[in-house]
Amino acid sequence: MRYITYLAVGVFFGIIMYKSEAASWFRIYEMFEFGSFHMYGIIGSALLLGILGVQIIKRNNIKAFGNQEMQLKPKKQSVSRYLIGGIIFGLGWALAGACPGPMYVLTGAGFYSILIVVGGSLLGTFVYGLVRSKLPH
Amino acid sequence: MDLIYEPWPWYVSGPLIALVMFILLFAGKQFGMSSNLRTMCSIGGAGKAADFFRFDWKKERWNLMVVIGAVIGGFLASHYMSNNTVEINPDIAQKLSQEYGIDSAGEAYLPPELFASYQLSDPFVLGILILGGFLVGFGARYAGGCTSGHAISGLSNLQLPSLMAVIGFFIGGLVMIHLLYPLIFN
Repeated sequence: MRYITYLAVGVFFGIIMYKSEAASWFRIYEMFEFGSFHMYGIIGSALLLGILGVQIIKRNNIKAFGNQEMQLKPKKQSVSRYLIGGIIFGLGWALAGACPGPMYVLTGAGFYSILIVVGGSLLGTFVYGLVRSKLPH
Repeated sequence: MDLIYEPWPWYVSGPLIALVMFILLFAGKQFGMSSNLRTMCSIGGAGKAADFFRFDWKKERWNLMVVIGAVIGGFLASHYMSNNTVEINPDIAQKLSQEYGIDSAGEAYLPPELFASYQLSDPFVLGILILGGFLVGFGARYAGGCTSGHAISGLSNLQLPSLMAVIGFFIGGLVMIHLLYPLIFN
């Protein structure tokens, strides 16, 4: 039953990604060319509501269903891993025109070439796992 | 009907993405898409090669369900809710056409110049897709998250690490589009 809920959340998310055009290569290109407010509006409005909601949750100590703790743990402090990792991610995001969420969505939409991108990202994840101990974190 | 076929504006889409994040938070989970790539590597047996992939991936099955749902959502949206074209700023569309020979803005959802199946026989296009994916996968794990995990979940929780990651995303993206595209696509 729980799995059906997560499946439904995924369907909802997939439709939003596709219909907002956040899954479109063109929109990613346009964003990095500062050609439209669209993508900034999507991320910005999600973020504004996200910050507000998380503050309300924290201040009122609201629990998740089943009285579990909310997954709002602080992230480990570091500069190098976030900045270097982020830059590498950004290079790929702009080159492939897709980040991980939209990749799955585009697979369902029938753009089968995106499976090559998914394959590349699995390979990238695997290689990260291999060289992880040698990288600054 | 227009509401269904027209693209959703940012002020509808953004709040709905926040809603997805809150549904997952209330379910005791964290919104993040790239960690599924690690889970998939583990399922594929990558634990034999690196400790990083030796973890209880069964605990991540819920997130794989979100992935399967996203695939279904993409199918439904593209088949029943969209005319599958994306209109962008005409100046940007013109630039794409003039500088990179990508003429499909306004006519397609993804440029067929890069994503049509027949283009896979072109080693250049194939290389771009593999390299783009590789950088996304490597970078997301190195940074500990992607657009959903850092730009939405992490920043909503006012995490400084997420801010640095997102700054990194944009440095990388801007370098790629403004400095490397002219070199790659010429």
